[in-house]
Amino acid sequence: MRSAVLPGIFQAVSGNALRDNPGRLVLALLGIALGVALGLAMHLVNTSALNEFNLAVRSLSGEADLVIRGPRGGFDETVYPRIARLPQVRAASPAIEIEAQLAGRKDALTITGIDPLRAAQVQPELLAGPENRITDLFDPDVLFLSHTAAAWLGLKVGDKLRVNVGTSSVELKIAGLLSPGAYRQRLAVMDIASAQWRLQQLGRINRIDVRLRPGSDAQAVQRELAQWLPAGVHATTPDAESGRSTGMSRAYRLNLDMLALVALFTGAFLVFSTQVLATLRRRTHFAMLRAIGLTRPALTCLLLGEGALIGALGSTLGVALGYALAGVVLEKFGTDLGAGYFRALAPVLHADARTLAAFWLLGIAFAIAGTAIPAVEAGRRAPALALKAGDEEQGLKNWRTAWPGMVMVSGGLVLTQAPAVSGLPLFGYAAVALILLGAVLLMPWLAAAVLRRLPALRYPPAMLAIAQLQATPRQAAICIAAVVTSFSLTVAMLIMVGSFRQSLDAWLTTMLPADLYLRAARAGETGFLTPEQQARIASAPGIGHAEFLRSRNLLLDPVRPPVTLLARPIDAASARSILPLLGPELAPHADEPPAAWISEVAGELFGFKPGDRISLPLDGQQHVFTVAGIWRDYARQNGAIVIDRALYMRITGDGLANDAALRLAEGATPDRVAQALLARLGSPDGIEIATTGKIRDASLSTFDRTFAVTYALEIIAVLIGLFGVSASFGAQALARRREFGMLRHIGITRFEIGIMLGCEGMLVSSLGIACGLAIGWLVSLVLIHVINRQSFHWSMNMDVPWLPLVALAVLLITAASATAVWSGRRAMSGDVVGAVREDW
Amino acid sequence: MRRRALAWLAAALATPQSLAQDAAYRSPLTPFAKVMPGYTLRFPHDEGSHPEFRTEWWYVTGWLQRAAKPLGFQITFFRTRPEIKGDNPSAFTPEHVLIAHAAISDPAWGKLQHAQHAARAGFSLAGAGRGRVDVWIDDWSLRQQNGIYHARIPARDFQLDMTLTATQPPLLQGTNGLSRKGPRAESASYYYSLPQLKAEGTLTRGGKPAPVTGTAWLDHEWSSSYMDQEATGWDWIGINLADGGALMAFRMRNKQNGKLWAGGALRDRQGNSRSFAPGEVVFTPHRKWQSPQTGTVYPVSWTVKAGSLDIEIEPMMDDQENDARFSTGTVYWEGAIRAVQHGKTIGRGYLELTGYWRPMRF
Repeated sequence: MRSAVLPGIFQAVSGNALRDNPGRLVLALLGIALGVALGLAMHLVNTSALNEFNLAVRSLSGEADLVIRGPRGGFDETVYPRIARLPQVRAASPAIEIEAQLAGRKDALTITGIDPLRAAQVQPELLAGPENRITDLFDPDVLFLSHTAAAWLGLKVGDKLRVNVGTSSVELKIAGLLSPGAYRQRLAVMDIASAQWRLQQLGRINRIDVRLRPGSDAQAVQRELAQWLPAGVHATTPDAESGRSTGMSRAYRLNLDMLALVALFTGAFLVFSTQVLATLRRRTHFAMLRAIGLTRPALTCLLLGEGALIGALGSTLGVALGYALAGVVLEKFGTDLGAGYFRALAPVLHADARTLAAFWLLGIAFAIAGTAIPAVEAGRRAPALALKAGDEEQGLKNWRTAWPGMVMVSGGLVLTQAPAVSGLPLFGYAAVALILLGAVLLMPWLAAAVLRRLPALRYPPAMLAIAQLQATPRQAAICIAAVVTSFSLTVAMLIMVGSFRQSLDAWLTTMLPADLYLRAARAGETGFLTPEQQARIASAPGIGHAEFLRSRNLLLDPVRPPVTLLARPIDAASARSILPLLGPELAPHADEPPAAWISEVAGELFGFKPGDRISLPLDGQQHVFTVAGIWRDYARQNGAIVIDRALYMRITGDGLANDAALRLAEGATPDRVAQALLARLGSPDGIEIATTGKIRDASLSTFDRTFAVTYALEIIAVLIGLFGVSASFGAQALARRREFGMLRHIGITRFEIGIMLGCEGMLVSSLGIACGLAIGWLVSLVLIHVINRQSFHWSMNMDVPWLPLVALAVLLITAASATAVWSGRRAMSGDVVGAVREDW
Repeated sequence: MRRRALAWLAAALATPQSLAQDAAYRSPLTPFAKVMPGYTLRFPHDEGSHPEFRTEWWYVTGWLQRAAKPLGFQITFFRTRPEIKGDNPSAFTPEHVLIAHAAISDPAWGKLQHAQHAARAGFSLAGAGRGRVDVWIDDWSLRQQNGIYHARIPARDFQLDMTLTATQPPLLQGTNGLSRKGPRAESASYYYSLPQLKAEGTLTRGGKPAPVTGTAWLDHEWSSSYMDQEATGWDWIGINLADGGALMAFRMRNKQNGKLWAGGALRDRQGNSRSFAPGEVVFTPHRKWQSPQTGTVYPVSWTVKAGSLDIEIEPMMDDQENDARFSTGTVYWEGAIRAVQHGKTIGRGYLELTGYWRPMRF
């Protein structure tokens, strides 16, 4: 019985409204759809990347119980037989993993040198596949490619591939492809002996995968190994390996997820603003229904149902859109939207039904949440009062107090002081959410307070506009809040990205003082300059001064990615002019260990402070250094440590260099010198020479590409904000048909009514934008000093990009005013004067 | 001879496909020693490894008694020297690759239980020593000490640990240990056998160790080119006769599945031995068995005529097929057999049948 009646009532409550005002429905739907789509797309892209990553790590270490890993430069191969002979070890598979720079390409390919017979004991699927013969790998000039790498390079079996080693190159033949299931990342496999020989890594390996005998305790073996493994070589479990690798990108992924949630939040707010106005408009209608017996909870429930319906429709659209979007993003940009965390992966879109359902429900939940307040409010209103005209504003009276908003904003500010939770700025995000929510809640109170103080104007339309807003501050507040939500987010992002870009620019200036930079390999680890080549470069005509830099990877902590060791000519006196030092520096005394300058990231990750003694594994032995200063580094996300190159050469005997910074002699031109250098070195293939300007431009364009996704989100936020303004004005304008009729009746022209609406729109949006700027600035502070700091461990100087902000503000105010006028014109079409009679 | 299905791998290792195509390569390829007439085998010196030859194997087969029930066992260590170009100074350079196979034939089980292990020589983790039997891959080993051979096979599914004691001097195959494998003189190997070995040890299955005793046969053979181009497979038997004698016979088959070459040796209970010329050895198949796994049809019972000796060969069980497609890329039959004469078992040994699945490729 009940069930038969319910749809009828639902029809009575919602049907007409939905039918009469499809525009409102569409806007609310779109708001939710966009939010869900963005959220889902971000999530899918991220989980696809993660899945691939875990799979990659899994298939690389196969069924290994322990992974012994050293610095990228490797460790002594004699560790391998010692490991293999341990009684707890069932199988040990040695490997040398090298990022080899491809000749004639800008990319590097990971080449893993393995002993196929040993690898088969740990990674049985490694060389599975009917067409591969393990023995083919014994030829020192061949490699096997993964299908992904082959597709990426456009090569097939039998083709040749050139790899730069030092400053010359080696030609390798593709003798086979790895089974497509085993490896989805771009990689190549060689025999370990060939890799050591051809890629100049004799005597070195950098990884051993170990399978233990049944009943062996992995942790006990780990402890035992820690006793004698060389410094910088550690045994970890494959789980820790994959954790370490994914940890790198975790903060980045979380940032994107949060941005997506903000979009969803904005969508919910849009539902809220349209629903508030829609329920207001239908007050008399609801009052009638209540009068003829519909109970209060029933009305509330039906309105919530309406929200749920909008949410369901919007969510469905959003899930479809999000799935499609994720597919496009993965194909066009890769899994990390160009940020470079998952370079070697070829992702496949992973979407399980549970995730899709979760996002679908999330969209509905947000829509219901957006409907909740107006629904409860509508149910609460006494029917007799609501039947009267002009009651709309009364309905909003309940939320004029300032204190809930105040509490939320202050709560948010307090949360900014909390530390990161396991490397993630969770409290920072909570702070942003609280500040935004608090700001929205503050809007009715703020709108009333500001509008009350507006001066009276002579010009009738403007006067009317002010009077209208002063009389209905809480309706105006909804509109303002829509602008604040979207604009503050945009402002925050603009300020953060602008500050970051400015700081990066300044950093590049300090880091690139020379005229020309020469690099042995643009990517990868196989390129280097021999001492003889260094001498030839330094003595080349046109070179005033040449400085050489050696970079190596150091594994300080097995659960973290390796830090970069940079050996370059530096001393305590000159440090400030060479590195962008932050804060105090100190020069170690003669009796103290030598100086090392650590990057901000390394300082935060490892808790190093100036004056600390740190121990660095160089050449298999621990060497103690004094932290002499902390410098800003945007280039190496896992941390970097600078030491003097002369000292480094004394300790390790390693005279190779990776980069050279060249100052030109008087009168020399960069192009001419670059050409002369290439000719002098005789093998231009592995060497790249770039001017400072070129490196700067390349760095900044990479930056812009990485942040392109945030611009997209900003545009969407602004659009949602404009939807909100249009929705609320449209609804209001319809509700005010009687008022417009009256105004026309007393002789005010349509044009003047248009001006009046324009003024209202301008006032409301200006107020919204002013608040949005303030809130956005506050949020940007949180982004810069809390969220970024805790996610990526680097600081930046605040720099407000005024010009784009002002331009955007003007654009938004214009758009909002125009929207207001347009909504009014639609409302005034038809028999407006006749509408006066509606007020009986 | 000896032969062995593993020889397939030797061929594969010898010529990587890509290498054959790169005719004009800058560095010379690995040079291999040749099997030449006139060489005198010395013991125990020649029991050790001959690394200058391309391939070499130590092959133990035999019948065991466990709780009064018969079992067959087979342990092989195989050394092969890949043909490597260049002069790679890396310690990982695969100058030799060692492969071990082991299998247990148990009629109660119905099929072979087998295990394999392979590694490149180096870092003392795997290798083959000179001067005496000393070949190992990790903890798998076959070693001679104080005249006693010791085999240790700690595989995953079973663990075999046994000593083999010689009761007779080595039986030189062919002409003074030079065994011809085909019509052309270069198809040959050095080959001797140690029949009638006394085997004692422990076989552990399912975590339960049990003592085993029996009689075994050790073959040791090395060569650089023993397979004739025309050969597609072979049939081989090695039998410890009940009277203390020993019989080895083989037949290389051609593309028409006929006899390309044959040979063998018989030592009687007095210790007098004689070799057979190709025309003296005749293999005649009788009963065939089809493998349900691979569909391959093997003649599992035979009549073998060697000189004046005429014997029937009957398998311990039909399914002694070895599916090594995932390691050495071939499928063959190798198992325990009885030698029967006039309805009476006169010996126990092993039979190997290759090339029935697909012709052995070279």
